Amino acid sequence: MKRHGATPEAGAGTVPLVEMRNISISFGGIHAVSNVSIDLYPGEVVALVGHNGAGKSTLIKILSGAYKRDSGTIFVNGEEAHINNPRDAKRYGIETIYQTLALADNVDAAANLFLGREILTRWGTLDDVAMEAATRKVMGRLNPRFQRFKEPVSSLSGGQRQSVAIARAILFDARILIMDEPTAALGPQETAQVSELVRQLKSEGLGIFLISHDIHDVFDLADRIVVMKNGQVVGTARTSDVTEDEVLGMIILGKCPVGAVPGPGALQVAAA
Amino acid sequence: MADLAAAQDRAAAAQGGIVSRFLKATELDVRMLGMLFAMAIIWLGFHILSGGLFLTPRNLWNLSVQSASVAIMSAGMVLIIVTRNIDLSVGSVLGFVGMIMGVTQAELLPSLWGFDHPATWIVTLAAGLGVGALIGALHGYVIAHLGVPAFIVTLGGLLVWRGAAWWVTSGRTVAPLDSTFRLMGGGANGAIGATWSWIVGVLACVALVLLLLNGRRQRRRFNFPLRPLWAEVLLGAIGSALILGAVAVVNAYPLPPAIARRYAEEHGIPIPDGGLFISHGIAIPVLMAIGVGVVVTFLARRTRFGRYVFAIGGNPEAAELAGINTRWIIMKIFILMGILAAISAAVSSARLNAATNAMGTLDELLVIAAAVIGGTSLSGGVGTIAGAMIGAVLMQSIATGMILLGVDTPLQNIVVGIVLVIAVWLDTMYRKRVKG
Repeated sequence: MKRHGATPEAGAGTVPLVEMRNISISFGGIHAVSNVSIDLYPGEVVALVGHNGAGKSTLIKILSGAYKRDSGTIFVNGEEAHINNPRDAKRYGIETIYQTLALADNVDAAANLFLGREILTRWGTLDDVAMEAATRKVMGRLNPRFQRFKEPVSSLSGGQRQSVAIARAILFDARILIMDEPTAALGPQETAQVSELVRQLKSEGLGIFLISHDIHDVFDLADRIVVMKNGQVVGTARTSDVTEDEVLGMIILGKCPVGAVPGPGALQVAAA
Repeated sequence: MADLAAAQDRAAAAQGGIVSRFLKATELDVRMLGMLFAMAIIWLGFHILSGGLFLTPRNLWNLSVQSASVAIMSAGMVLIIVTRNIDLSVGSVLGFVGMIMGVTQAELLPSLWGFDHPATWIVTLAAGLGVGALIGALHGYVIAHLGVPAFIVTLGGLLVWRGAAWWVTSGRTVAPLDSTFRLMGGGANGAIGATWSWIVGVLACVALVLLLLNGRRQRRRFNFPLRPLWAEVLLGAIGSALILGAVAVVNAYPLPPAIARRYAEEHGIPIPDGGLFISHGIAIPVLMAIGVGVVVTFLARRTRFGRYVFAIGGNPEAAELAGINTRWIIMKIFILMGILAAISAAVSSARLNAATNAMGTLDELLVIAAAVIGGTSLSGGVGTIAGAMIGAVLMQSIATGMILLGVDTPLQNIVVGIVLVIAVWLDTMYRKRVKG
């Protein structure tokens, strides 16, 4: 598995891996995301936090191509990226692990891993054996005890399904990984495994957007935190500059603490 | 479905026993075996009840020809139902395309180059396939791009194309059809004879063996566990025996004496005492149905298109997020269905030697029933082409058997309806057990 642009530490001066600038989208008159700007550097984990309905999932679905933004620009490696559908996003090396996992339940792990990017034989037919071999390899790394390669993923446990979804995201040399509640369905041991994986991918130079409700996870894994409320950014902070209580204050009240850079959604009184 | 069966095998194998070990080693589909077993019982039952009329070469040959039209369409219906859609219009499309082909070969082309021109049948068939594909594309476009539910679009299609079938000739029946075209309907001439039947049978056996060998070679390439050798040999042997047995049965059905005599006179063969025995062999519509089954199974199992069809059925949103152009896939499925309805139209009208505007009435229900009996789940994502085609033969078996027994027509429909419901109920029970 090759990795591109391996810069282990995010630093000022380097070009951001992804920059989403002034992104807006509305559904039937409701501004789900309005004028949001965020960025992500190589080797960095940026956590997106906020209430349900704050616009986190919508924002990352714009990046992954599932939704088409109404306005705003996306840059990948400093160049404007034209992302209008999931295929476009994958071309830029953007892979997503959705909260719902987005697996086709009736087919096996290999079919899900390669969905949309099947390995073909020279006759143009599916090379199932080659795909199964690649699946065994990547699953062996993520979940060594996994053996149920021939069964539809609907018969797998929550943790196993999660590892299939994660395997799909890292199989194709992703440079930018979006993880939407990656540990929501997992037990403590599997959660630790995912945390370990996040650190490993980070050290390989990937940029990771992490959406999580678990504030401990966020402080454990993320370098920076972006707090969203009502479709706007309340503020951005380095994890080392703020406390958990301060972040909770941002999430609940929209109050921006001293250590954070306020965004358009910050409570004006607090900013003053 | 094969995967479910595999899961079942493994669960059963844990308990041991010869049957479960056999199933595990051969990786056969338990559900499909169950259906074949049910068909064997139905055949034997009718055979005994009818006093030995059912399991005769003649009846089985006719059964194969009568099943062909519905079997061809059921192959396409599986893909449609797998993607959580439905097509209620296939019977009407069959009727309309049948009328178009009837007029083309009996009125338009003869005015151009006379009757029974050698190119008539192929031009007619091409026109029919084209019209079928266009109708399918239209249905698919409205469903996939305009977002109207398939149930409504094809319910509309059911009315529209039945009306259009009438409108082609204002209800007049078109007959007779081109003599070459008529071969697609079966009958005494529309079969390939004993020699060619054996050749086809042997080729099929060779293909089966090659398929098994290739599967083994592929798995060895990546050091995956192989089936035990005895299981491979057994599968090849049973498969070949079934193929050659079927050929032997259709070859045991002779042409009627009058036709055999005419054939002998044309070819200068002396007629021996006690009459001449000339075999029918495999009927051409049956060959067409088998060909359709092989091609559509190949599309479903070995191509990206097929993989996407099943992925869409399992989780449409996931398919979309994986970057699959789901709309285009849905359109392609309906185009395929239109083409298959056109092939069935050729078979049906050729068999009737006429095109009528009522042709194919209620076929949509038989086709859907065949697919569902064959293990296609209406909730999507699950189904096999072979299962649906066996389902078509099963339904035709029940219909034929009841005719042999002299059951009244209304009672026949009652029985078929009940069988459909019971079959799906058994299937639901089976799936629950496999899951649990």
